[in-house]
Parts: sequence; C-alpha cells; structure tokens
Amino acid sequence: MSSSEPPPNVPVTPHVGKALPHESAVGHVTGAAHYTDDLLPRYADALHAWPVQSPHAHARLSQAAIDDAAALAIEGVVTVLTVADVPGANEVGPVAHDEALFPEEVMHCGQAVAWVLGETLEAAKLGAAAVVVDYEPLPAITTMRQAIAAESFLTEALVIESGDSGDVEAALAAAPHTLEGELEIGGQEHFYLETQAAIACWDEAGEVFVHSSTQHPSETQEVVARVLGLHRNRVTCQSLRMGGAFGGKEVQANPVAAVAALGAHKTGRPVRVRYDRQLDMTMTGKRHPFLARYRAGYDGDGRIVAFDLQLYSDGGYSLDLSKAIMFRALFHCDNCYRIPNLRVVGRVLRTHKTSQTAFRGFGGPQGMVAGEDMLARVAQAVGKPAHEVRALNFYAEGDRTPYGQLVRDAERIPRIWSGLMGSADFEARRAAVAEFNASHPHEKRGLAITPVKFGISFTTSFLNQAGALVLVYQDGSVQVNHGGTEMGQGLHTKMLQIAADGLGVTLDQVRLMPTRTDKVPNTSATAASSGSDLNGAAVERACAQIRERMAEVAGRRLQVPPMDLRFAGGRVFPFWCAPGHPDHGASSLGFVELAQQAYLERVSLFAAGYYRTPAIHYDEAAGRGKPFHYFAYGAAVSEVEVDGFTGQFVLRRVDILHDVGSSISPLIDRGQIEGGFIQGMGWLTSEELIWAEDGRLATRGASTYKLPTLGECPEAFHVELLPMAAEPAVVKGSKAVGEPPFMLAISVREALREAVAAFAAESNAAPVELGCPSTPEAVYWAIEGVREGRAKQVSAAE
Amino acid sequence: MNGESLEVEGIDPHTTLLDFLRDRGLVGTKEGCAEGECGACAVVVLRLEHEGPRYVAVNACLTLVGSVLGAELRTVEGLSPQPGSRSAGRAAGPSVAELHPVQRAMVELGGSQCGYCTPGFVVSMFAEYYRREASLTPSGEPGLRWDPESVAGNLCRCTGYRPIREAMRSLPLAAEDDGFRARLSQPLAPLGEASLVREDVPGGGGTRRLHRPASLAGALALLAEEPAAKLIAGGTDLVVEVNQRDRRWPTLIALEAVDELRTLELGGEEIRIGAGLNLSELEHRLGGALPLLDELFPLFSSRLIRNRATLGGNLVNASPIGDSPPALLALDARVVLASQRGERELPLVEFFTGYRQTALAPGELLRAVIVPRRAPTHAHFYKVSKRVLDDISTVAAAFAVDLDPASNTVTRARLAYGGVAATPVRAQAVEQALVGRPWTAETVAELAPQLRESFTPLSDHRGSAAYRQAMLARTFEKFFHETQAGRRLGPQPPPSVVLPVLPPRPQKGANA
Repeated sequence: MSSSEPPPNVPVTPHVGKALPHESAVGHVTGAAHYTDDLLPRYADALHAWPVQSPHAHARLSQAAIDDAAALAIEGVVTVLTVADVPGANEVGPVAHDEALFPEEVMHCGQAVAWVLGETLEAAKLGAAAVVVDYEPLPAITTMRQAIAAESFLTEALVIESGDSGDVEAALAAAPHTLEGELEIGGQEHFYLETQAAIACWDEAGEVFVHSSTQHPSETQEVVARVLGLHRNRVTCQSLRMGGAFGGKEVQANPVAAVAALGAHKTGRPVRVRYDRQLDMTMTGKRHPFLARYRAGYDGDGRIVAFDLQLYSDGGYSLDLSKAIMFRALFHCDNCYRIPNLRVVGRVLRTHKTSQTAFRGFGGPQGMVAGEDMLARVAQAVGKPAHEVRALNFYAEGDRTPYGQLVRDAERIPRIWSGLMGSADFEARRAAVAEFNASHPHEKRGLAITPVKFGISFTTSFLNQAGALVLVYQDGSVQVNHGGTEMGQGLHTKMLQIAADGLGVTLDQVRLMPTRTDKVPNTSATAASSGSDLNGAAVERACAQIRERMAEVAGRRLQVPPMDLRFAGGRVFPFWCAPGHPDHGASSLGFVELAQQAYLERVSLFAAGYYRTPAIHYDEAAGRGKPFHYFAYGAAVSEVEVDGFTGQFVLRRVDILHDVGSSISPLIDRGQIEGGFIQGMGWLTSEELIWAEDGRLATRGASTYKLPTLGECPEAFHVELLPMAAEPAVVKGSKAVGEPPFMLAISVREALREAVAAFAAESNAAPVELGCPSTPEAVYWAIEGVREGRAKQVSAAE
Repeated sequence: MNGESLEVEGIDPHTTLLDFLRDRGLVGTKEGCAEGECGACAVVVLRLEHEGPRYVAVNACLTLVGSVLGAELRTVEGLSPQPGSRSAGRAAGPSVAELHPVQRAMVELGGSQCGYCTPGFVVSMFAEYYRREASLTPSGEPGLRWDPESVAGNLCRCTGYRPIREAMRSLPLAAEDDGFRARLSQPLAPLGEASLVREDVPGGGGTRRLHRPASLAGALALLAEEPAAKLIAGGTDLVVEVNQRDRRWPTLIALEAVDELRTLELGGEEIRIGAGLNLSELEHRLGGALPLLDELFPLFSSRLIRNRATLGGNLVNASPIGDSPPALLALDARVVLASQRGERELPLVEFFTGYRQTALAPGELLRAVIVPRRAPTHAHFYKVSKRVLDDISTVAAAFAVDLDPASNTVTRARLAYGGVAATPVRAQAVEQALVGRPWTAETVAELAPQLRESFTPLSDHRGSAAYRQAMLARTFEKFFHETQAGRRLGPQPPPSVVLPVLPPRPQKGANA
C-alpha cells in the first residue's frame, strides 16, 4: 500500500490518474463483450430452467405433494426440481440462513417453489405452468404499518444515542422550538439491464463450475457448495462481468446459481437459469422502503439541538443484509451535521414480500433523506433559506459523529459547499428563481443545494479484506487476478492502471482476468464502494513483491542498487537515466528481457497480494466505534421547474463538486458521479414500486416502473472533482466513489420542495408535504396542499 | 443479416427476432425488458421508405421473425469493419480507430459502463447518424439537427446519459466513402410474401402459422378465410402480449408488406393516412401538416417504437391509454374499414365500443384514418406521465376549440381524453356547454367541476383515481392559460438542437 512517501523503486505513474475509457469499452460497443447468458451458445446440450411461482404472498405447501405428472408429459420437459433433489442444505440465506431454496412455507408472491428443466425455454415454461401445487393460503403482512401493528420484526431495535446534555428527551424538552415529521420513503428496483443469470456444469475434473452474474463469487461458491453438500474446493465460480448490479447481485445471485448447479447435479448436463425482467422483479429484493418518524428540537436560528428519529425498514420475508443496511441508515441520518443530542432507533420489519437487499448506498440514502427532510422543515419553520440552515449545522474539524467517530477532514464540507455555491452561481440564480416565480403563476422553479458525507468501509469489519494474484510470464505479459467483480463501475480499469504502473509496463501488456474463486479465495463482495480501495491495495502489493524480486535481478545485470531502479514504460532503468536521457537505452533493460532473465535465474514471477483495512471496529451494543476508514464528501445544486397544473417537472441544471481523493481514473469517476446522481434522482422522483394489497407487485416491468431516460438528464450537468484532496490512507490517494454520489440527488428532492413552496400564498407557512418518491402526482398533491394552506397527505397507493 | 443470408426454418411464428438472433449466436443484441421499453435489443433494419432505403432502429424483442423475412438487417456485430466475433472467446477486437464513428465516440467519451445497454444505444445512434445526413437541406443549413428523443427508447442504468448525449452530439457527417451510406443510394427490393408454419407445438399447441401477404386483397382474402386470425402490423403492443403473457395465436397475418396500407394522401380538405404507416415515417412525411400530431409524436413512446408502431395499430388495440386516440378524436378523425365486402367509413368516436373493443366486424381491417385539415383556433395535446419521454400516459388529453374572433366566444369544442375511462373518450357534455360561452377564465372555472365529474377513472400503478380526476380539469385549465399566454406552459420535452457539422473523422479499414 502506498503512503505519502513512496518506496524507493516506485516509478512515476503514467497510467494512474489518467482519463482512460473503460477497459471493455470496445467490447461493449461492438457486442463482443460477453455476459453470463451470452455463453449459452457454447453449451449446446444445456437445459433451461423456469420456476413454478407462488400466486400467494403467504401459504403452506408440501414439497412432497408437488404434482409434476402433467409437466413431465410435455415434450421437452426433462425433470422438475424439488426439495427431494437437494443433497445438501435446502437453504440459501446469506447471513441468517433463513431462506429455503424449495420452501414449504411460501413467504412472498412470486416465490419459486419448484423449478422445471426443459430442453428448450418454451418447454420449461410450459412445464412450469403445468406443475400442480396445493397451496394453503395464510394471512399475509404486506405493508409496513401492518407489520408494525403485528410486531413483525426481523431484528431487535438498533440504537445509536448520544447527547451533550443528557438524554434526547430532556434536550427536546429544553429546546426553544420543536417539530415533528413522518415520511414514507419508497424502495427501488435495481433494474440492472442484465437480469440475474447463471450457467452451471460439471467440468472435466468432475467438479461444479458455475458462471454467475454475481458481485460475490465466494459467497455464490459457498451457497452452491452448501446446497450440493460439497466442500468449497469442489465448486468454482466465475463472474465474467455483469450488466449492472448496484447491490442487487451481492447476495441475490446465489439462489440463481444454486438452482443451476443443482440442475446440473441432477441431470449431468449444463443448466442455464436466466430470469426475465418479470421474474427478476417479482423474485429478487429491492432497496428497502423506509418509514421515518421524527421529532426535532432547534433554536430560532435553525440550529439543531436534538433529533429523535425512529426508522423502520421493510425487510421483506427474510433477513438478507437488512440489519447492516439499517445500521448504515443509522450512521447516515446525521449526514454533514453536528447534532448535539441524537437518538436514532432502527428496526427491520418482516413482511410477505421479496427479501429486500443491498442497493447502492445500502440504507445510507434513506437515513440521509430523513435527516435532510428534518432540516428542510426546520428551515421553513424558522423562515430562513434552507442552504443557510444547513451550513449553520455543519460539522467542524474535531467534531465526532453520534457513534463516536472523528469526522476527519470535516473542513472539506464547507470547502466544497462554498466552492460549489460559487461555481454554480447559487446566489444570483436564487434571485433569478425568485424573480421567475414572482412573474409566473403556473410554473415555479426551485433551487437547492445539499451536501453528502458517506462513510467508507463495510460496517461488518471483517469483510474489509481483499486478495490479488499477479502472474508475470516469461514473455513479459501479465495476468492480474483479484477478488473484485466488474459490474460497469470500472474496477478492472483501475486495477489495470494500478498493475501497469506497479510493474512499470504498458497497459497492453496486462490482462485483467475474469473473477474466479480458484484464483483468489475467501473474497468479500464487491460492494460498499470498497472494490477499488481493497483490491487496488492488494494488486499494488502483489505487483510490489514481483517488482522487488525483478529489481534484484535487474540490479545485478545493470550493476545498480535495486532501490535506485525505476520501472516505467516497459523498461527498467536507474532513476538518473530516465527516458530521454542519452544513456537511457544503454543503461536500461526491457521488462520482457528482464522477465526472461528472472525465470532463468529461478526467481518467482508471481505473487499474491493481501490487504486489510486498518483500525476499524464497531460495538453494536454500545453504539460506538470507528466503523469507517474515512468519509467521502460532496455537494450538489439542482434547479427544477414544476408545472402547477399537473405536477410534472424538469431538472434544468445540476452542478456537482465531489471528493474522490486523487482520482485513479477521472473518466471512470465522473461516470460514477453522474450515473449515481441520475440513479438517485430516479429513486427520488419517477421510480415507484407499488404492491397490491394481496402482496402482488404491480410494477413488474419497464413499462410500469420508470427509470430515468435521456430526457431526464439535465441539459446543464456540471461535475467537478474536488482538487487537493488526496486521501493518504488509501491506494494511490484515491477515495471510493460508487455510492456517495447517489445521495447528491437529494438536492433534486429539496429543489422540488422549494418549487412547491413557491405555489403557496405568501401568508401561508404550511410545511410542504412531499411524498417520496416525488412523482408528478406526489408533487401535484404537495402543491395542492400548500395552495390550500394545510398539510394534506394523499398517497396514490392508498 | 450483417451482409450474409440466414436461413429460417422450423421456428414458431411467434419467435421474436431477438430470440432468433441469440439462438444463432449473435449475442451482442441483449434482452433487457422484452417489452420494447429499454432498447437493449435494438437492431438496424434497412427499410424501403417513401424516399428510398433508410436505416431504422427497431426493438428486436417486439419484432417477429416473420415480419422481417427477406429484409436486410444489421446487429451491433455488423457495424464495424471487423465485426465482433460470433464465436465466443475471440482474443482481440478492432482497435478504437477501426470502429464505426458512433462506436468510437461512445468509447472515447465514456458512453459505456456495464456495457449491457451499449449495443442498443450504438444501434439507435447508427440509424440516427445516417438519418441526420438525410435530413440535411440543400439550402446548406450549417448544422445538423439532433433530437434528444432519438435515443430516448434506450435505457441506461449506469451512465446517467450525459456522456452518451455528448457522444451523439460529437458525431460528424458520414464520410463520402462510407459503405453504409453508399448502400442507401442502391436499390432495395420491397418485402414480398412470406410465411412460417410450425406443426405439433408441444403442450397441445397444434399448428401455428404466420402469413405475410403482399397486397391488401391478399390480406383480406386470408382474413375472410380465417376471421379469427390475428392481424399484426408493427407488433409493438401485440408482441408484448407474446413475451409477457405468453399469448399465442393459431394464425397471424403480418401486414408488413401490404403497400396499400402505407399510403399517405395529403389532400386539400383532408389527410388520408394509411393504417399501416409507421409513426416515424408518418411524422416525417406529414411535414407539419397536422400540428397537433407534431405535439404528440415526441411524446409517443420512443423512436424505436415509432419506427415500427402504426397509427392503425394504436387505434385497433383500442387501449384506453393509447396516445393517438385523444388527438385524433379532437381532430374529428374518421376511420376507413375494409373487408372483402367493401369499405365503410366511421367517425372515430364510434369506433371504440368498449374496453379494448372496436367496431371492426369479422373479416374487416382498419385501412386508413382520415383527418380533416381544418385548423382549430387553438389545439394542444397533453400527456401526464411519470417521465417526459418514453412513457405511458396516466392521462392524455387533446383539446381543440374554435373561437369567434369578434366575440371571443366558443363556436366548437373538442375535449378528448385517454386514461380516464374504459375507452378513449370525449367530454361531450362539456363540449356542448362551452359553445356560445366566452373563452375566459370564468368559463373554464365554471365548467371545471363538471369536467372533473365527467368520468370516473380508476386507480392503478400509474396514478390514483383522484389524480386522474383532477387532471381532467387541470389539463383543460392549462390549455386555456396557454391560449392566453401564447406559449406552452410547464416543462416541455428536451428540444432538438442544431449543432455545427463536424468534418468526418478518418477511419481505418473499409466499411460494410
């Protein structure tokens, strides 16, 4: 791992920090980049699997009584998988082991109870429709309010509490002013363009090989081994690349792979499982819907003195990662604000829905939306501009979070804030918006700025480890294996840059290998934005070992102390003979020649690199610790225009200033920021999950669930990376970038709030009751609410 | 296909082009949604249009193989000089400089992240690349028009679209020696007759057929013979049923090759639109003759869909949330129904008889739509939806009023809606109440409660009944205020922009 003082023979970094296209970009644009299901034509004798889905949200059935006679009579149907076929454990839960692969108690509408294997997909589908299952329907809990009433919980209450002045109740009682709020926050479908997919076969060694579109090959391997009753060394899992994942393939890829592997086990033939969009939406978990209830105490200036927040999340039927997700919500309700007295209590509800799961931000966004909702209301209550109230409450250098972690680099919050206010021309545009609103009775604009502080690390501390395996061949070509998976985020691109610079070779000398469990074992999911931090450090360490060994060889050859050698551009040379120096040619050695020489001298040319994040810990019971290695910061300004007749709106302009440390790959990082922002905007505006009363998901396809299109991308979209922001404790001084920008989209919601408020008569100070997501309909009702001068909550779903 | 002939045999007539391609190893074309919303499956069809051959991008997931038998197609693998390999595992692809300019721009500007949607974007952009050239005027307009909605039928979950937009805008004119461009000036044979038959469908499916007649007489004869046969034109709605609800029909009659259904007659009094004309071509050929439809087109689904969808299809499927019926109702359109017994005309308002039911008799098909050319004093189209582009209406509305200029009173009013009843509807009582009244805010305010109560819409995943009811009146109020303000109010679809023409970039290797 790098520190601020580079080790002796670290060369310049011609690749790290350079704006390079995605390493597979040419494959993407030509169609040559393959995804898991694209491998199907290679398996001519593959069988296709299709599930028998429960029409009930909650029901009992007998696996033994599943009647497959009619299905098996259909031409092309090969077999029907039920619990009787499972040689190992009928259990695929990632943490709590509470998910049956073949259930006898159906826990959500659309759950697979059996799987049909067919020679063709058509046969499998016809077979699935012909399987007869005798369900005994049971009462189902399908809303959060029902779950609260029924005390249907998946966790205990998780608590963080801290107070300057004793307890929160006392602080609230002593506060000059208080207010209360309640907010339902919608979930979000991942809608990775590539749906869940796996192909499993018995390989030539008689072991299971699984191609899986998974963010977590090691866990997919473990679950397959668990279901088949094998040791993990008999299962190999490969994740070639994913067509998007966003957390949705962190654990939910596991049952897909398990079914494929089980089918291959039973039939001896390759088995392909690929969800279509409707299966994916009805069978896999989503971002958790939340219910937030809060009380806040504040002074006349809008300074927060106390915040008492109750969070409920809709976990669906099983635990999945819901507990850690709730913890992250707790960790982020403070966002960038020092709240002297805070109590946040979170509890995961069990409902009869898909098991909700990881999704970019991992609970952080929901906690942050609740906190920002509170601040906006306080601003309105004290009659001050929201941006002033936000800035008034910022953390300062030396402050600690409610869970006791020092807010390191807190000065970046005001630095970003004032820098962005300037570059976005905030004050002048605020005046222009006010002028526009005064002269336009039917259209109103809103302008808002919101900050982000996001903690980086898995909050489950032991997950913060990674490995890499770097192989140098005699011809100087290099293979890089690491535990991280590529889902479009550009991880492999960054790893190539780090490896090329680590060995001083050119990019085309290095190949990034598909992620496989037989190369690097016991890896963590590529998640929590940590892929590049963890794997990058491991790759760098592996390269450093090989470089040091090669430097010994080169030193002998060139008669130069190894520590004085530099590796760059595919050559090795003493630092005083850099390229351009007249003696460079004569005093240097090609990397290819050196690799050959090292081999002849019997010097090992491969190395494993290993990294663990130092000094992180968290005590759940005490609600104290240092769960994060560091924080990533950012802020965004959004301007919207709202149609007072329909509630439809347009995002006119966005300005972002974001802290990525020293960027390893600026084109990749900018892509993460922009993409995260638009995805966050989708969550907060057009993307609405609606379940019917019986627990059936009503929005089960692209025609009913609305992601942003190019039409929602603001015409003016300015993104800058915070300069002078090197993070000394991370590889190449970089910072994680996957998740933090997602929450910059809260500025859109707050801009909508500003615009809605502008429809109110001047005398009317009713708070803006803005539903979340703020669909045109939700905005319309919020406008109607302020027009009528009263808070009015009308929900489309109710 | 990509310059080679593909034989088609033994497939089910319901097989989509997407499934067919992927089965043949052309896996660059992806499935993202299988309902024409995401564009990951886009492929290029070389189609004979009024002005000659044109590249059009279509959703392979909603295109039946039978519809494109005999057509020239290109997938993403066939767009660069060294197409991506069909046999998996090929080592090195083309270099960046060898890529098609569209592909190259996407690479260099960071237009791909996970890459799964990218082939579809590339295909949409490819078609637009050559379409833009065709839209250049001889007057030497120094720019190229770029329609943001030309790629609005492609969803990307990773990039946030900004780099894709930049890539699109950075594109130069096609080079003189561009082989794809040269192909457009060579002749293209029209689609002829074709058919597919599959016997002994498993699960007791019997025999399934697809017929593609090449004349109206042929189509009517087939329909007379088998009145229960399902007609398929663009298929953008029907194939959703195939993919999402596993619907199958014993006999399909594809209207793709019936030229009589693709006519457009621009008369002085009225415009007669062939029911089988796809909406993109209709938009282009109308050339602004029906301004209300020009408001509708950019909001009607996406370019990928409009490249296949027909006006006739949008009327015959009789969905209450179709977008064209309100506009056509407001314009007093009539429909021409044809069968072997002859033709008859019907006002559109009488065509819709119930939820997804029409006045079409057995053996009859919709031949044409006749739209009077008279211009109302004011007419606008409104679409209330979650997204501006590529969405389905929560409520759609089209209003047309004629005013007596002397008295500012209403002489004629048409208030048409979609999404508020079992069929597209007109608020006829309010229309009558408006006649003779002054065109003022007071009139609108007085009639708003009646308008709100005109229909009893339902709640669904697109919107609540209360919101829809509110929109009945609010859209009309908005219409009134727009007539007063002299401009459209509220957010509009992103406008087309004219960008400087960039010189062609050198490209290694020969094209096509």
